[in-house]
Amino acid sequence: MGSKAPIVEIRNLYKSYHRGNQILPVLNDITLDIDEGEFLALMGPSGSGKTTLLNLIAGIDKADSGTIKVSGVEITSLSETELALWRATNVGFIFQFYNLIPVLTAFENVELPLLLTSLSRKERREHAEMALRVVNLYDRMEHYPGQLSGGQQQRVAIARAVVPDPTILVADEPTGDLDRVSAMEILDLMERLVHGFGKTIIMVTHDPRAAKMAHIIKHLDKGVLNVYPQNHL
Amino acid sequence: MRIPLSYSFRNLWTRRLTTMLTTSGMALVVFVFASILMLAEGLQKTLVETGSYDNVVVIRKSSVSEVQSGVDRLQASIIETQPEVALGANSQLLLAKELVVLISLPKRGSDKPSNVVIRGISESSLMMRPQVKLVEGRMPRQGSSEIIAGNSIAKRFKGGGVGEVLRFGMRDWTVVGIFDAGNTGFSSEIWGDADQLMQAFRRPVYSSVLLKLRNSSEFQGFKERIESDPRLTLEAKRETRYYKDQSEIMAKFLRIMGISLTIIFSLGAIIGAMITMYAAVAHRTGEIGTLRAIGFQRTSILSAFLIESLLLGFSGGCIGLFFASFLQLFTISTMNFQTFSELAFNFSLTFEIIYKALLFSLIMGFVGGALPAVRASRMNIVESLRAS
Ligand SMILES: Nc1ncnc2c1ncn2[C@@H]1O[C@H](COP(=O)(O)OP(=O)(O)O)[C@@H](O)[C@H]1O
Ligand SMILES: [Mg+2]
Repeated sequence: MGSKAPIVEIRNLYKSYHRGNQILPVLNDITLDIDEGEFLALMGPSGSGKTTLLNLIAGIDKADSGTIKVSGVEITSLSETELALWRATNVGFIFQFYNLIPVLTAFENVELPLLLTSLSRKERREHAEMALRVVNLYDRMEHYPGQLSGGQQQRVAIARAVVPDPTILVADEPTGDLDRVSAMEILDLMERLVHGFGKTIIMVTHDPRAAKMAHIIKHLDKGVLNVYPQNHL
Repeated sequence: MRIPLSYSFRNLWTRRLTTMLTTSGMALVVFVFASILMLAEGLQKTLVETGSYDNVVVIRKSSVSEVQSGVDRLQASIIETQPEVALGANSQLLLAKELVVLISLPKRGSDKPSNVVIRGISESSLMMRPQVKLVEGRMPRQGSSEIIAGNSIAKRFKGGGVGEVLRFGMRDWTVVGIFDAGNTGFSSEIWGDADQLMQAFRRPVYSSVLLKLRNSSEFQGFKERIESDPRLTLEAKRETRYYKDQSEIMAKFLRIMGISLTIIFSLGAIIGAMITMYAAVAHRTGEIGTLRAIGFQRTSILSAFLIESLLLGFSGGCIGLFFASFLQLFTISTMNFQTFSELAFNFSLTFEIIYKALLFSLIMGFVGGALPAVRASRMNIVESLRAS
């Protein structure tokens, strides 16, 4: 992989929030490369800026300065409308609280990102069913999120994230709301996405077991990145 | 690029109770809106049915109704000699010189006074109005103080029944018959001998001349001759046209009043919808952030919430119309604003009213939903995701 350009290239990234007339620096000169097919864990104390960094990589937040390139596209210079179009095909989101749409069935939730593509109705159905098969919930596709357990909901959410075949998957504490068994299932599934399907995952986590699954762990503290080898834990 | 319609629809269904309450508010307004339009429509229908196409009403120029009109005896006799006037079976002229006077009579039960049209008629008056039929008693004798009353008068006014006595024009008048004029304005009139009534009310002139045309197609020529004759300051209208003109002013008045009234009411329903939609936006903040993150544009969020609110308005419109349609079963009596007399008629629902009421309900939904939808579409993705 060394010969290929990294799929994510972050250069001198700064981000701060304004609270009243007070400026709160969150990310301080972040530079980071992530290779294709990588499973990267982002760790660090609460409030250290992990979610903020993930949001910037996913193109839902604006940096103060610095650049982010994803698969050659400099997303830090895209307009809001362009960013939305870009996210639709390039980013899969996995949230701590699943964030499924409660009034849509599992199938409809998974189909949702495909409504933003040019796929036909028939193709959308095929793709969504395929994704539900990958997460092993094909038999539950007519169920509403409220009828599914937390672990099942997170699997639907993963199916929704992978269905448009995005360039990167971002996960913010994907096991944070799950019991041990469900959490292991989710982590196994994510591991399978990386090894079996060649996906690139960037995951924020507090969970040491989750971090163990990852190839690389980056540690964020007060907005500054430190690199630890995996065996350091 | 659109969020599916089922998303908006199912969200309404999920919060059925709030949806129902908001919808009822809108339904109520649409009900009032539709019923006033139905009222105006019914009124118009009644008045238009009052006339016959072959009959011509001659009144003084620019007097809107018979009440304000005056035709003196000389003018009346000039009209009488026109060749277009039809002849009856006994070769008498089908022409009636009539008097129209407004008086106030007490109602049965409440004793409250209300205006009534008194029409002084000639022999041919009844013949020219086939929709008017004597249903009880007999016709008044010429030269006597006898009258006949429309069935709506007999029912609702004191002394309006057969054998009873009404006092007006400083005389006592005996009701000798009741006539049925179907669904027309005549049902709310009292008829008596024109000459007797002119004496009683000290009126030197007639109000109008009604005549039947020998041949309906001769109307234009007749009209032109009458209206250009320098001795006559009169105008001729087909009877249907005459009542249509009358009803239009009245229906317009009702419609304007009704629409202004419902616009005021609708403010309440719109605020109700706005509160519901703001609550929905606040409740679904995280969902909005998720949809935006997935790649839906601001405009998609805007339209999803607008559609939700339009659906609210539309269902309110359908429910309001459904209940309003039952009003067609009722007969109502109201003031004829033209002559300020009583008039009985039905509510009438037309396609135009259905279309207007639904449009009105959609406008309410749109106005109520616009600001909340704009708020939803303007949310910051990261902040709305953090809020969930
Ligand atoms: N919208 C905001 N306004 C002000 N401060 C914010 C906002 N969002 C996050 N922060 C602050 O930025 C810092 C980093 O937040 P975050 O990236 O969520 O941390 P982590 O995910 O590592 O817990 C925190 O101190 C948080 O309070
Ligand atoms: Mg966080």
